Amino acid sequence: MNRAWLLTLGVLATLIASMTGLVLLPDRQLRPTAPVRDEDRDITLPAGYFGEAEEGRRVYMDLGCIYCHTQQVRPEGFGADLERGWGMRRSVARDYIYDDPPLMGTMRTGPDLMNIGARQPSAEWHYLHLYDPRITSPGSIMPPHRFLFDLRRSADGLPADAVRLPEAFSPGGPAWIVPNPRARRLVAYLLSLDHNYEVPEAR
Amino acid sequence: MTSASQPLPPAQDERERLTRIQIDRSCRQTVVWYYSSAVFWLLVGSALALLASIKMHSPGFLAGWEWLTFGRVRPAHLAAMIYGWGSMAGVGTLLWLQARLTRNRLPFPTLFPATAIIWNLTVAFGVVAILAGYSTSIEWIEIPPSTAILFGFCIAVIIAASIRMFRSRESRHTYVSQWYLFGAIFWFPLLYVSAQIFLHTPAAAGAVKAAANWWFAHNVLGLWFTPIGLATVYYLIPKVIGRPVHSYHLSLLGFWTLAIFYNWAGTHHLIGGPLPAWLITVGIVGSVMMFIPVVTVAVNHHLTMVGHFHHLRHSPTLRFVVYGAMCYTAVSFQGSLQSLRSVNEISHFTHYTIAHAHLGVYAFFTMVMFGAIYYVAPRLLNAEWHSAGWIRVHFWTTAVGMALYWLGLTWAGWEQGRMMNDPRIPFLDIVRFTVPWLWSRSAAGVLMTIGHISFAWLFWNMLRRRGAWLPGPTLLFWKRSPESLPEGAAE
Repeated sequence: MNRAWLLTLGVLATLIASMTGLVLLPDRQLRPTAPVRDEDRDITLPAGYFGEAEEGRRVYMDLGCIYCHTQQVRPEGFGADLERGWGMRRSVARDYIYDDPPLMGTMRTGPDLMNIGARQPSAEWHYLHLYDPRITSPGSIMPPHRFLFDLRRSADGLPADAVRLPEAFSPGGPAWIVPNPRARRLVAYLLSLDHNYEVPEAR
Repeated sequence: MTSASQPLPPAQDERERLTRIQIDRSCRQTVVWYYSSAVFWLLVGSALALLASIKMHSPGFLAGWEWLTFGRVRPAHLAAMIYGWGSMAGVGTLLWLQARLTRNRLPFPTLFPATAIIWNLTVAFGVVAILAGYSTSIEWIEIPPSTAILFGFCIAVIIAASIRMFRSRESRHTYVSQWYLFGAIFWFPLLYVSAQIFLHTPAAAGAVKAAANWWFAHNVLGLWFTPIGLATVYYLIPKVIGRPVHSYHLSLLGFWTLAIFYNWAGTHHLIGGPLPAWLITVGIVGSVMMFIPVVTVAVNHHLTMVGHFHHLRHSPTLRFVVYGAMCYTAVSFQGSLQSLRSVNEISHFTHYTIAHAHLGVYAFFTMVMFGAIYYVAPRLLNAEWHSAGWIRVHFWTTAVGMALYWLGLTWAGWEQGRMMNDPRIPFLDIVRFTVPWLWSRSAAGVLMTIGHISFAWLFWNMLRRRGAWLPGPTLLFWKRSPESLPEGAAE
């Protein structure tokens, strides 16, 4: 094998073949996927991300949440995702049509978040959990995200937007912990993660 | 290839020696730039790795600084290691190997060191961007898409030089290493640029971007690091032990089956995921077919080494390279098995995968690159490694550290997966179960980092030419008779 052109051609052909097979063809197959219509609620699903949730998705990405949390529910009989309550059905390509990029993840140091908005619908829970995960989940090894909160000193008592921390975690004195705008966006995004609706391909 | 059993006549031998000196001199500036940068990024990457590892079992550690949060340090570690250490050590080795194999001087003596500087700035920009919160959050390609232009420029220079050297090669015959290197230099830029297009433009949409992600990420290992690593193994084992590669035909089969099958393996990262079943199955088939090139290469290397394993005692290069080559076989077998649905159901989403990734990028590729630098740097700088003791420290800390890393996380990951698939076990119990094994990973990381510091110290002294001008190389155990200087014999 001493011909440069043969080598080059072979090298390029092998890669272009797999690019076609693993990216271009699936794109052709999945490109027409459209949202489903929910007649009862008069909306289409997935809903997509708007406003704070859309900005919060960017916070989720910049903090690297994907390195410990997946956003994909495996099908029945493959793992125990459904039994763990991580969703009412498996995830399908349709769930990701507005996800750019999809944040499917490959690691579950923490639980799956595909439907975290349905599982933990309370913003307060998320603030406590982000401030220090051990408040809500003893034994968790998730890092505290205190940099998403501001310390507000005020003699006028508890501000309306303060997080009600347990005694052991509270800063003490006339000072309160309030989520900053990035924390609010991130929580808005997490609350928007709810794919518990029916789709034809996963009935 | 010069073989110890067929000595050249003295005059020819002298001319041969001078040619090599000229080739090595033409590579000196460029390759030393790439190697020094690689060693720098190895240290940066190790620091980030330790930080990430410690944060996993002690989440409060340095948790106040957003830029050092786990979710940023971890991808920064990957970027520093993949694009800094691995790629720069790889490019340095690739250029030197091509110059030696085509018996040409390395062209572009001013442009090449400039590419090393551009490469460094690009990696630095990428690592800082990730720490500052500008990660793309796409695994293995977290650094911003604008880097494609800069890497693309550097690779364009490498391609131009490779083609020029290849066309004016002295012997028409090409050696197996050249095929792999030729593959690597075309595959990587095509992969990198097209992945950026698929991931950051509407060229691919929604879930397909995940397929594009893993097509890219798996191929960075398969079509960039693996061919450079194998080319190096194919070159260095025969060089050091002084006998030719066992079989040309096995080499040929190994190369083309790798080129055909490795490509397709990436979607095994999405087993159980929301993509068409056929797409996942194709990935599994590609992964399983990888048995062919892997067995072929393993047999070829083993039959080359047979009867010469005693050289492992003396030669640092051979020790690192053979360790790496054996781990290549191991990691590939593991990878093929891991792609089976029944195994993947347990191993997916766990530390098992992390152990597997390090077996590939570290135990195989990084160890081979260490071996290559031990071989190449003295020839570029005309000085020997100043201390066999530090080389021993480097070898044992990295070899044992890697073994500890792999054993701890493989076991913990497998159990983690089994527990995860049993819904009666609360999730936080699984987290608690893994913590002691995360500590074992940090212990392994400390060992490996000690090894990297030893290596950096050796390299620093190499740059300052602190080692003796010895007639032969620095051996781990000194023997007097010239026959027992395997690297000297090959040189």
